[in-house]
Amino acid sequence: MRSIWRHRLFWPVVALLTLIAVNSIARPNFIKLRVRDGELFGAIITILRDSAPLMLVALGMTIVIATRGIDLSVGAIMAVSGAVALTIIDGSDDPGNLATVLIAVVVAILVSMVLGVWNGFLVSVLGIQPIIATLVLMLAGRGVALLITGGFITTVNSEPFSYIATGYLFVLPFAFFISVAAITVIGLVERRTALGVLTEAVGINPEASRLAGVRSRGIIWGAYIVSGTLAGLAGILYASNIRAADANAAGVFIELYAILAVVLGGTSLNGGKFSIAGTVIGVLIIQTLDSTILFLGVPSAQSPVFFAVVVVVVVVVQSPRIRNALGRMSRSRKPKAAVAAAVVEDKQKAEVGR
Amino acid sequence: MPADNEVPPIVEMRGITIRFPGVLALDNVDFTLRPGEVHSLMGENGAGKSTLIKALTGVYAIDSGTITVAGEQRTFHTAADAQEAGISTVYQEVNLCANLTVGENVMLGHEPRRAGGIDWRATQREAARHMESLGLAIDPRSMLASHSIAIQQLVAIIRAMVLEAKVLILDEPTSSLDRGEVDQLFAVIRDLRAKGVAILFVSHFLDQVYEISDRITVLRNGALVGEHPIEELPRDALVTKMIGRELEDLATLEKSSHRAIDRTGTPVVKAEGLGKRGVLEPADLEIYEGEVVGIAGLLGSGRTELVRLLYGADRPDAGQVEVQGAPAKVHSPRHAIDHRISFSSENRREEGVVADLTVAENIVLGMQARQGWMRKVPKKDQDAVVAEYIEALGVRPANPNALVGNLSGGNQQKVLLARWLATAPELLILDEPTRGIDVGAKADIQKKVSELSSQGLSVIFISSELEEVLRLAQRVAVMRDRRKIGELDATQVDLDGLIDYIANAGEGSAA
Amino acid sequence: MTAMATRTESRESGPSFLQTFVSRHGSMMPTFAAVAILLVLFVGAEIFLRGDFITPRNISALLLDNAYLLVLAVGMTFVILTGGIDLSVGSVMAFSGILGAKLLAEGVPAFVAVPAMLLGGAAIGLMIGILVQYFNVQPFIASLAGLFLGRGLAYVVSLSSIKVEEPGILWLQSTRIRLGDWYITPTGLIALGAVAVAAFVLHLTRFGRTIYAIGGSEQSARLMGLKVARAKVMAYVISGLCGGLAGLVLTAYSGAGYPRNGIGTELDAIAAVVIGGTILTGGRGYVIGSMIGVFVYGTIKTIISFMGAEQSWMQIIVGALLLLFIVVQRAIVARSEGRR
Repeated sequence: MRSIWRHRLFWPVVALLTLIAVNSIARPNFIKLRVRDGELFGAIITILRDSAPLMLVALGMTIVIATRGIDLSVGAIMAVSGAVALTIIDGSDDPGNLATVLIAVVVAILVSMVLGVWNGFLVSVLGIQPIIATLVLMLAGRGVALLITGGFITTVNSEPFSYIATGYLFVLPFAFFISVAAITVIGLVERRTALGVLTEAVGINPEASRLAGVRSRGIIWGAYIVSGTLAGLAGILYASNIRAADANAAGVFIELYAILAVVLGGTSLNGGKFSIAGTVIGVLIIQTLDSTILFLGVPSAQSPVFFAVVVVVVVVVQSPRIRNALGRMSRSRKPKAAVAAAVVEDKQKAEVGR
Repeated sequence: MPADNEVPPIVEMRGITIRFPGVLALDNVDFTLRPGEVHSLMGENGAGKSTLIKALTGVYAIDSGTITVAGEQRTFHTAADAQEAGISTVYQEVNLCANLTVGENVMLGHEPRRAGGIDWRATQREAARHMESLGLAIDPRSMLASHSIAIQQLVAIIRAMVLEAKVLILDEPTSSLDRGEVDQLFAVIRDLRAKGVAILFVSHFLDQVYEISDRITVLRNGALVGEHPIEELPRDALVTKMIGRELEDLATLEKSSHRAIDRTGTPVVKAEGLGKRGVLEPADLEIYEGEVVGIAGLLGSGRTELVRLLYGADRPDAGQVEVQGAPAKVHSPRHAIDHRISFSSENRREEGVVADLTVAENIVLGMQARQGWMRKVPKKDQDAVVAEYIEALGVRPANPNALVGNLSGGNQQKVLLARWLATAPELLILDEPTRGIDVGAKADIQKKVSELSSQGLSVIFISSELEEVLRLAQRVAVMRDRRKIGELDATQVDLDGLIDYIANAGEGSAA
Repeated sequence: MTAMATRTESRESGPSFLQTFVSRHGSMMPTFAAVAILLVLFVGAEIFLRGDFITPRNISALLLDNAYLLVLAVGMTFVILTGGIDLSVGSVMAFSGILGAKLLAEGVPAFVAVPAMLLGGAAIGLMIGILVQYFNVQPFIASLAGLFLGRGLAYVVSLSSIKVEEPGILWLQSTRIRLGDWYITPTGLIALGAVAVAAFVLHLTRFGRTIYAIGGSEQSARLMGLKVARAKVMAYVISGLCGGLAGLVLTAYSGAGYPRNGIGTELDAIAAVVIGGTILTGGRGYVIGSMIGVFVYGTIKTIISFMGAEQSWMQIIVGALLLLFIVVQRAIVARSEGRR
């Protein structure tokens, strides 16, 4: 029993289930699924569909955070990606042509990948703090996106392009499949290969990892490339959903929600141990909470207040101060171990000196 | 001027006991410090020196016992409390602000004020006055970071004087100073002693302890062994008190170094003229199969720098390396590992273990890094390797899933050794593998090194404990002032001879 | 390990004036660089625009148009000097502005509304500071909560813009104290006043020196017996207070409170502070530098609008400048670490 509630995904899962339960009771429509023309509809389906861009960004963010970094530029990359894709489609003779759309999507994602390469270069080669390194692109990226679209909101009418965000495959939204595919690929690559544990090692102790022969530069660089690429895909989804490239609005604040999702999922911002499943749950919590707030009739503009409260509660609960206090109350062994570890640490500090 | 027992003590600690979960860190320890004395606190790592200091300065709360300062019973909760009571501490990693000037660091928090604001002119004047009183002639308006660690340490002491410290705790102040700097520091210490300041001195250099101390208190395993005036405690008696017993099981190792090494063939690794400007003068080194080469020299003599260059942890700007007779490019740890060279850093916590990963993950890390991320070491192989080394090296707890950060120093060191042995190296470089670990673990590691080398592994062994180097190595390379000054046959030299060589060996006879 | 590298160098060998100057004022170099860039921008624009740029009117407008940013940059300087960061200032400014506009619209007198605006900002700053100091939350995340809170509360106060008709507030903007063709408004004076007070606090009070010490090494500062906890929390409170003050300045400037104000302004403020020579890892920098940074920012903006280029260039150029400064700072820090 104890090991269940000790599991680090325990509280995130409880939070998600609570949200779902509250919603189900407050509005029975929430869990209802309707079938129309062989396609499923309902609040839960909407959540799964709408969460796709955040899911993609948050997955990339998880990997970056595991390396002790952060990627603030994801929103700007989304804007660039959307702008590139729509400018290509808009400029072609046949916007409805599947090949045109494919080319546009591929180019946009390649551009995003290049932006990820840039971020990774600043962090892993030049050794600039991640917050600052990605701040550069966060600032400049939207400017680039605006230049690409010439300062306008480029709109297109392209059936294949709209399908990406709004279409259905079998009975479920296509966007949902993109989410699932991204989760699967990332999950498999991280856990079936040694990439996951090497990433954690680099995040926990970069110098020790380097001396152990881990190619930490490549791993860190790769994390930003993955993050940029996924953000590019998210930008396509966003643009497809509104059938337009809005360089000012695309992905605004998404970096913050993505970081929140990662933290909600139990991955520490100090890097190291990460959980893909946790991030998935974190994203679903955010999207469900968003849906709940909307249902409560609160103007969506005011929803940041709720998220502020969530952030504060989560970080306070995770803080050492509260953990120790709770630990003392429940007289569990954990804080003792923590103290012992601290003692060991102190000792080593004294030993290691310099 | 040794303090006599008639002077009332400035600090009196009685029956100090501190318990950490599962550990009795200090057990009923008494400690007395008198004005105008230099009192050395001696003990092996883990004896409780740091804990006692931290109890005195309010970093740790005591479970029982009393602390009396200047006749008044006190309990300090923070370092600031202790400072206000006149107890200042200078740590080896200088705790000043490198981004501020020397004068600002000296006066920080005590700047003279005028009309609501800091009077900078008076502040600089005050700083200069204090610095002058201890004979430090540097520009108080220069940045602290532009000075050497030795100067920074003096600045920290001067700061303590500004706070009118009656007790000055010097925690390993000399570990990164050269001889001239130590002299300068000692001159200041003597000066302060003459002014009636009580000085608590911690150092692992016996020479320095005997040079400066009036009195010695020895701790072992958290308990008080005794307090002695310096003239009543000869060195060998001190060492015996610190260690407690002669290590019999190590005696059996004595013979291992007397193994004959075949040096006619190709060396496993050969470095020629390996150096880096400002770090190490070009040096040569050869290691043959099954040989243990010790590197002896004081901290900062270039011994760590040499092996870091050899391993590619730092990039050399001169010289070449041959592995098995073939020229090899070793520009990064990766290259070294590809050439089957492994290196265990002296800095276990910062450069060794990955604290939040498990024992198993730490052991496998080296193998995995070698294979690259694409080819994960199969779970079955991982388990086998981990089980093998936990068993062979006696890692405690023997739980592969324990977080390495929670292990003791000795066990962390064993995990690191396991990590490197698992990569099946041909040359293993161990930099201070036994520093700060308990006696049992130390013996285990020494035995393992001896055993592996007799099976054909080549080892470079660095240690501050020269006995250990002599015990294990067949050949000793001696370093001084960032230069290799020579090589000795370990079977032909004893401890005194080695010490004499380190201190006095002919100038200009670089190997 | 590098501790012993170059220890004999610093020993007295009759340093030249230049050496003394560099060893004493090395940390001012980035600020000088910012001044140089500002001058280059001025001169370049003057040549390029054939003498139309450096006019009293333009330079006076520079302060007027960027007064709110200057106030934010002052607060941000405190936080960055401690080694932290405050992402909340843009939203705090919006919240404060809309709160003031709403209070005034409901007939609350200005002498109540204005303190309420400042207190609102300071309260959010206090929350961030407490999270950072007492709950070990990373400044980035704690101020992220502040960002969400400020923005959300701004919309809670009002979903749309509210016009301000209180003459006292509008006076702050409309009054022009003239000297020939030069002029300054009370908002400009507020901003310059904030700079002056901050410079005084940072350089002539023990609290200010504690801020620098924390940025140098928080652990050292604590062991030196400085009041670290208080100073750190105060840095965020000051930043929040400046956010509130910027809300007042911006409301006066635009004549209305608007909940969408200041989206992304925190980035501009950070960029200005960094361009002005404050190092993001803390401990080095000057509030005067931040002022220069704001002027660089404002000048680029003016030049772009003079040239009729797209405003999107603004973001790109500021981003590029930020990058340039970060790389230069990185090199400086790497060098000074190498010297130890």
